[in-house]
Amino acid sequence: MNIDQADWDRDKVLGIVSALQDMPGALLPIFHGIQDELGYVPEDSIPLIAEALNLSRAEVHGTLTFYHDFRTTPPGRHALQICRAEACQAMGVNDLIKHAKKKLGVDFHETTADGAISFDEVFCLGNCACSPSIMVNGEVVGEVSSESFDEIVDSLRAR
Amino acid sequence: MTVTVYVPRDSSAISKGADKVARAIAVEAAKRGATINLVRNGSRGMFWLEPMVEVSTPEGRVAYGPVKPEDVSELFEANFLYGEQHRLSLGLTEQIPYFAKQQRLTFARIGLTDPVSLDDYLAYDGYRGLANALKLEPAQIVEEVTTSGLRGRGGAAFPTGIKWNTVLNAPADQKYIVCNADEGDSGTFSDRMVMEGDPFVLIEGMTIAGLAVGATQGYIYLRSEYPYAEEILNEAIEVGMARGYLGEDILGSGKTFFLEVRRGAGAYICGEETSLLESLEGKRGMVRYKPPLPAIEGLFGKPTVVNNVISLASVPVILDQGGENYQEYGVGRSRGTLPFQLAGNVKYGGLVEVAFGLTIRELLYDFGGGSRSGRPIRAVQIGGPLGAYVPESNFDLPLDYEALAAKDAMLGHGGLVVFDDTVDMAEMARFAMEFCAIESCGKCTPCRIGATRGAEVIERIVDGKERPKQVILLRELCDTMLDGSMCALGGMAPFPVLSALNHFPTDFGIEESANQAA
Repeated sequence: MNIDQADWDRDKVLGIVSALQDMPGALLPIFHGIQDELGYVPEDSIPLIAEALNLSRAEVHGTLTFYHDFRTTPPGRHALQICRAEACQAMGVNDLIKHAKKKLGVDFHETTADGAISFDEVFCLGNCACSPSIMVNGEVVGEVSSESFDEIVDSLRAR
Repeated sequence: MTVTVYVPRDSSAISKGADKVARAIAVEAAKRGATINLVRNGSRGMFWLEPMVEVSTPEGRVAYGPVKPEDVSELFEANFLYGEQHRLSLGLTEQIPYFAKQQRLTFARIGLTDPVSLDDYLAYDGYRGLANALKLEPAQIVEEVTTSGLRGRGGAAFPTGIKWNTVLNAPADQKYIVCNADEGDSGTFSDRMVMEGDPFVLIEGMTIAGLAVGATQGYIYLRSEYPYAEEILNEAIEVGMARGYLGEDILGSGKTFFLEVRRGAGAYICGEETSLLESLEGKRGMVRYKPPLPAIEGLFGKPTVVNNVISLASVPVILDQGGENYQEYGVGRSRGTLPFQLAGNVKYGGLVEVAFGLTIRELLYDFGGGSRSGRPIRAVQIGGPLGAYVPESNFDLPLDYEALAAKDAMLGHGGLVVFDDTVDMAEMARFAMEFCAIESCGKCTPCRIGATRGAEVIERIVDGKERPKQVILLRELCDTMLDGSMCALGGMAPFPVLSALNHFPTDFGIEESANQAA
């Protein structure tokens, strides 16, 4: 059996689903609604969503896993993304990424051992005149150096 | 006397500390008993000067920047509230050469106003285009846009008037206006600046589009990487609804237009219009076969206008000042202005709205000031991750759609990413393939398989494993992707690859003379 089951609030998810299910094209808004609330979309919420929208579980699963943003496991306390796109590469983001992986001890799509930081890549934050850029809990930070990166990580870990 | 102080709420300004500066100014003003009116405006687009603080003076707005929170007390000490001199003084904003040399039509208001203030929008000529549109028949609105020569600013450059006309003439009980705000191309941020800095201009443009083709519902498909834009757009839509500019019976005209923001989920492919429509319908963002065109069978199978943010945001000024006036800007078949974006390794990065026809060199050096690192500029990628790398020898090309296409390059969404001479062009070519592989929707084989194989072949070339054979293989693979892919992702990923290979062969370990295109 799935040991993670019931780690999430079923009523909360049902509330989100029933509030949004009548929108045209409701599936993405529902995923966002759940992820905004829980931090992830639990695998075993898929049958609930499928039933509400009269879709097959495969369709819901297929859509959920198509998009980079959605995760099916709980995230760390903080979300940190580094932009890998060309403008940031022109300003040395590949060196920053090497540094970041060493500092955090994880690769992309992983969470640090202390559960503090989920680390991801992103392709363009639209901050291309202030590269390299990262996003920290939804806030963009520009012109990041290894030093300022370390300061940010240390302050996140302390929170 | 209450002085108005402006600190941008644009995300690039915030990424350099604008929120902290705004707080510091509020605190310092309170401490000194100075009454100020703190406005969070859009950015003027001179990002090397952000956070750029402006104060209103009888002579006009005076700018200071880049301001750090620790400079704030000193600025008060120097009487910046009265526009007095300080080491961060930039003088009158409108006289800063970078800004003064621009021709701002679409961006006319950005940085001047509080983005979510409808009164500011109206005070700066907002909703004059809609007022005119409400007096016209739908076909006349379309005619005005056709006259303007406006072409899709998302990159494909399809004439907007023709697209609208198709939707206008498609009979249906329901039509839609969809704004493609999935600005995923690296080096581009003009859509973001419009949405964060002047959301009403997009709302007005979409409303006019709705009137023109008979659509009553609009969606803005916004990428999730732009959370500030989402907040600002939703705030503006709420204001528009409350004040009768959106919803039923717009300004007493009996016309209806509703607007909703939908958040994407980190898929680059959803910037492709049919994939975007699939995503809006709540499905995987898989590219559709064309035909049918979205203008005939689009969202939920209904006739749909899908336009980029800048295309739609250019409509109000066209309906206000006339299509004839708009088409007087530009060169050849590229009419009007384009908000160019200078990005990457550039000294003065930012937004430059000018008429088409400026050369690449003028933009890079007269505006951009050369590279940020101070080293020679070696290559510029124009038009996003699927755009070609342009070498120095082509910097005198004019920036217009046809001139670049003639050199196997493209203007796209008008973003220029600058690289200095430390760039490894073979690595950039490999990255283009890797990116295509990561973002491929997987529907067609040339893109899904080709991108992965392409990255591998480039690695083998760089490693010197049967290099001449692998180069031939890479060129053949690029041909297959160019001709056989369903959409621009697989169909254009070869552009950065081939341009890198053709212009910078030595980075691949190839002798200049041995590099003849097969």
